Amino acid sequence: MSKENMIDCEEALSRLFEFIDHELHPVHNHEMDGHMSRCRSCYSRLEFENRLREHLRKATQEKASDELQNKVKSLISKL
Amino acid sequence: MPDDNQRKQWFEEQIGEVLDDLYGSALRLTKNRADAEDLVGEAVAKAFKSLDTLKDLKAFRGWIFRILSNCFISECRKRKTRAEAPVDFANEESEEGDFWLFDKLHQPFLLWWGNPEQAFLNELLRDDLINAIDELPHDFRVVLVMAELEGLSYQDIAGALDVPVGTVRSRLSRARSILQKALWEHAQDQGIAGNTKRV
Repeated sequence: MSKENMIDCEEALSRLFEFIDHELHPVHNHEMDGHMSRCRSCYSRLEFENRLREHLRKATQEKASDELQNKVKSLISKL
Repeated sequence: MPDDNQRKQWFEEQIGEVLDDLYGSALRLTKNRADAEDLVGEAVAKAFKSLDTLKDLKAFRGWIFRILSNCFISECRKRKTRAEAPVDFANEESEEGDFWLFDKLHQPFLLWWGNPEQAFLNELLRDDLINAIDELPHDFRVVLVMAELEGLSYQDIAGALDVPVGTVRSRLSRARSILQKALWEHAQDQGIAGNTKRV
């Protein structure tokens, strides 16, 4: 990565969640990848936010009840 | 798809693969098991009727989650019976600065000897996280569920909510900040943030 494409921590943190959400333009994404490979502090923050998201997703996992599964099957058969 | 039976069978298989996740998302949106089941049923029926609009069969998951969210938003608009107060301008443009757990927890000098961020997350219980989501103001919770749990794009969320993408971005940021602050305050109340950096 050329020096012109390097971003500082402030810029990286301002784009952090869009980076995590895969919402960045490929050029900005590439700049973030470059910064994260060089900056331990920002990389730690990225790791933390990703882990928190994993915790949230895991915590909100549910199992559809047998009743709901049957209800949905019955619904589809009638469609 | 060749014929109606094969089409229906394929659809049922796809629904079977995502049903748990659909229900989980519906439950966080509605905060009520009966309403969540109704929402899933409505989304499934609507999805089947509009199956022809699904151009890329591999995109089924994102497509059905968009439908689920759209059904929820439509229902909210129809009923106009939100339990929570609507988000007002002051909340949307809060003058309060963002709150980030990492800023409270990170201790660079402990880099090689400990990880207070991970320790903090390990202490949180499932109910702590669910309560933090459920207690978010309605409009923030909806955006957070759509982005964090369903993995929808900002564009798709904006379309479902009929708001600009910039509004999605700002609501999501506020939602994350409020959620992290709630987790921090809860952890302090429970004494599980005791060994972390204090401000």
